[in-house]
Amino acid sequence: MTNQSRIRNFSIIAHIDHGKSTLADRLLEKTGAVTAREMRDQILDSMDLERERGITIKAQTVRLDYEANDGQTYVLNLIDTPGHVDFSYEVSRSLAACEGALLLVDAAQGVQAQTVANSYLAIDAGLEVIPAVNKIDLPAADPDRAATELVGIIGGSPNDVLRLSAKSGEGVDDLLETLVKEVPPPLGDPDAPLRALVFDSYFDAYRGVVCYVRVVDGRLESGDELRFMATREVHDANDIGFLRPKAQPVAAMGPGDVGYLITGVKEIDRIKVGDTITSERRPAQQALPGYDEPKPMVFSGLFPTDGDDFEKLREALEKLRLNDASLAWEPETSKALGFGFRCGFLGLLHMEIVRERLEREYDMDLVATAPSVAYRVTTLDGQVREIRSPQDLPDLTERRNVSEPYVKAMILAPSEYVGPIMELATSRRAIVGNMNYLSPERVELDFEVPLGEIVFDFFDVLKSRTKGYASLDYEPAGYREADLVKVDILLNAQPVDAFSAVLHRDNAQDYGKKMTGRLRNLIPRQLFDVPIQAAIGGRIISRETVRAKRKDVTAKCYGGDISRKKKLLQRQKEGKKRMKMVGSVEVPQEAFVAALKVDDDS
Amino acid sequence: MTPEQADRFAQTAAVYVHIPFCSAVCPYCDFAVVAGQDQLAERYVEAVCAEIGRTDPWRPLESVYFGGGTPSHVHPELLMRILAALTEKHGLAAEAEVTLEANPEDFDVARAKTLRAGGFNRVSFGAQSFDDAVLANLGRRHQADHILSSVKAARQAGFENLSVDLIFGTPGETNESWGDTLARAISIGPDHVSCYALTVEPGTALGLEVRHGGDAPDPDVQADRYETAAAELGAAGFERYEVSNWARPGHECHYNMTVWAQGEYEAYGNGAHGYRSGRRYRNHRRLDAYIERVESGRSPRAGHDKIEGWDAELDRLFVGLRRTVGVAGGPGTEALLASDEGRTLLDAAVISEENGRIVVTRPLLSDAVHRSVLRQTAPIVLTDSDA
Repeated sequence: MTNQSRIRNFSIIAHIDHGKSTLADRLLEKTGAVTAREMRDQILDSMDLERERGITIKAQTVRLDYEANDGQTYVLNLIDTPGHVDFSYEVSRSLAACEGALLLVDAAQGVQAQTVANSYLAIDAGLEVIPAVNKIDLPAADPDRAATELVGIIGGSPNDVLRLSAKSGEGVDDLLETLVKEVPPPLGDPDAPLRALVFDSYFDAYRGVVCYVRVVDGRLESGDELRFMATREVHDANDIGFLRPKAQPVAAMGPGDVGYLITGVKEIDRIKVGDTITSERRPAQQALPGYDEPKPMVFSGLFPTDGDDFEKLREALEKLRLNDASLAWEPETSKALGFGFRCGFLGLLHMEIVRERLEREYDMDLVATAPSVAYRVTTLDGQVREIRSPQDLPDLTERRNVSEPYVKAMILAPSEYVGPIMELATSRRAIVGNMNYLSPERVELDFEVPLGEIVFDFFDVLKSRTKGYASLDYEPAGYREADLVKVDILLNAQPVDAFSAVLHRDNAQDYGKKMTGRLRNLIPRQLFDVPIQAAIGGRIISRETVRAKRKDVTAKCYGGDISRKKKLLQRQKEGKKRMKMVGSVEVPQEAFVAALKVDDDS
Repeated sequence: MTPEQADRFAQTAAVYVHIPFCSAVCPYCDFAVVAGQDQLAERYVEAVCAEIGRTDPWRPLESVYFGGGTPSHVHPELLMRILAALTEKHGLAAEAEVTLEANPEDFDVARAKTLRAGGFNRVSFGAQSFDDAVLANLGRRHQADHILSSVKAARQAGFENLSVDLIFGTPGETNESWGDTLARAISIGPDHVSCYALTVEPGTALGLEVRHGGDAPDPDVQADRYETAAAELGAAGFERYEVSNWARPGHECHYNMTVWAQGEYEAYGNGAHGYRSGRRYRNHRRLDAYIERVESGRSPRAGHDKIEGWDAELDRLFVGLRRTVGVAGGPGTEALLASDEGRTLLDAAVISEENGRIVVTRPLLSDAVHRSVLRQTAPIVLTDSDA
């Protein structure tokens, strides 16, 4: 067991590309956890390439031995955090395993929204936050400005902000000393019943679910019978150990220790991140605070382009779920798109990652319906139902009210873009709150906005209106009643379920106009006029027509070349296999994809 | 023409002869043609005669069609040599229709007289347009005046049965110029008029131009022009008997009628296609390959498709539905009418049905009908044991 006074548990909070991985490499190197020969760039990211394929969703954690200037050897547990908005619950659990956090900001790019959000999480969790500016050796670096912005979030003086280059190693020694001095040691009770926090987990094909744990009180011993307090399951501690960064089995871990635990459980959803582990023989009375179950917030239908790939899609989703307990789905049938799955995601980024992984790693050709959120409908008999798919929204006459999820959103951007951002925010029904200047050039805007307004293309529009400089973060902020309607799109009088959307009444007209206009250009001319209508209930709000085609004939069969013409038409006929029939209207698969595509014409 | 009359052409013996030579290749043309190879004409004609010589004798031919290319571009004597070979091999029926495709620029009275005396009795002129600007856009080498003089020459030589080919929807053409072309075509008194929509074929000069951003014919404009043609020709006493062909009653092109009635026809020459003994066959398309093969005693065939069983039934619909009379009822029409697509075609009034017979009522949508025909599968026949 490690002497608690020599343990420092900390996380690095940084935006993507602000140098977290490079700094982690440098720390591994400086502390001798990895020899120069073993050293490869960004070892923490690449260690488990098979699992992550370049997208760091899951945290990586490592135990380092550091001999400080005071002559003592300290144990530094670097607890990595996922850097993405959608995983704020996971971030909060990783932070709960620490006493300190290093807030790392790129000297050229300055503070980003996610960094701010995660800093607040760290401050709220009572962590000692150490600000640092990275990449000071870049030509475009402006360390003073970045330091000022950091101070704008966490207070203090710009002079106290560390300055370093993870790439060259400059300032890293100072950083290590600062960590030892500033991060408080753990103060667990070694004699109390065991309480350990599960702050991360992943699936290993050979060993099953591997948990990352932080012991808070008591002792965790190999072979112990363990109780998982939230799931109420009991499992054996088959193998416990430290990560240096390779697994090093140990017999026991004490308060403040961070390591892995393998129980033999194979299903990732049976181990909950945030759960408290205690001893079955001598259980703790109270679990550690903060346990929650992340709930899907964004929903989208995923359909294989080729209907025959339905089973392949199910298998791919099941494989993804091995490592991502937050991914949820249920089968969904669409008249237009056939058989697929309604998937729930933690947020937009999570959705993007899942979609991309399905397409890249599992070679799926997918049509994804427009993302939507979970609405709460009070029916006439007073029952409250959650609606996750627009087509399930009951008509006005069959409901008492409907409410929608709101989020607290934060945008960080150069101050020159405040105008366009405000304009965008108000066009999305946002209620603008605080405006906080981190520096004269950089401003933080807080507002509350319906999640349904930002799930579709908000971030893309924001990026394009701020030349890519704005960053966005959000967190759930409850439900509010709203005047929402379902807009249906009808092709030749047949509703196309894939295009149904729930919108605020004020935006319905625009959506209807946009979709009917787009579809008019995407649907090929048929043998008859095809009306494309947008409707609320039975009321048509917008209408376009695809005129019947008038000419579909090749001029001449030269010299009676019937075979050639037959083959030509045969080929055209094959092309029709990718057509979906909506009533008697042939709609190319591409039209669905294109119509649902996010764009900036809103 | 009654359906019965039309279907009778299934029994007539027809021949197609391909003459690939042209003075220049038109930018829209994707047929098996050559320009500047006139020195090969005699060798080619010998090869065609040799190919004819090696076929099994059939029966006296009721129609012979010399297409191209530009048959009128080669020496009349060479054409007559081929006709003689055909007559020697198969015989020629007394009333046989012998057609020659001709370009206005190389058809004079002397030539016309030789051909008429040599047994040709029908001329189909590649007039294309009477608007000189449109003719220039089409890359043609003649002007409207040439059409008038060549038709005059044909009449002087004693050709009574004349046809005029027109192309519509060419960039540069207007409603007025197309109307004028139709009026002038009618005024020269042909018995037969073909109107083809300009089609952009990949691999042609026009295809390349369009791919690089050139003007493509607008299908809606072409539909308008087609409707104008149908109205004008109808008013002048012509009846449409096929998608693109109009004739005064009794002057339908016999060779065409045979092809669309799923009748058999022999085909000779490079790139020529025939239909005999349940096979749709094709000759090598390249001129040199064709000549070489025939001269070395080998077959010029490049391949064939067997047309039998259900395929033969769909083939009957495929060709027959191009005709105004449509096709008689049969398993293929029943399958089509029973299918979703067949119902859509009926609902959209693209086809109509009477006593099982199917007629394409909107000929400009023929390809849509044809695609639906090709999609039909053979009905499952229950045998006694299944029942």
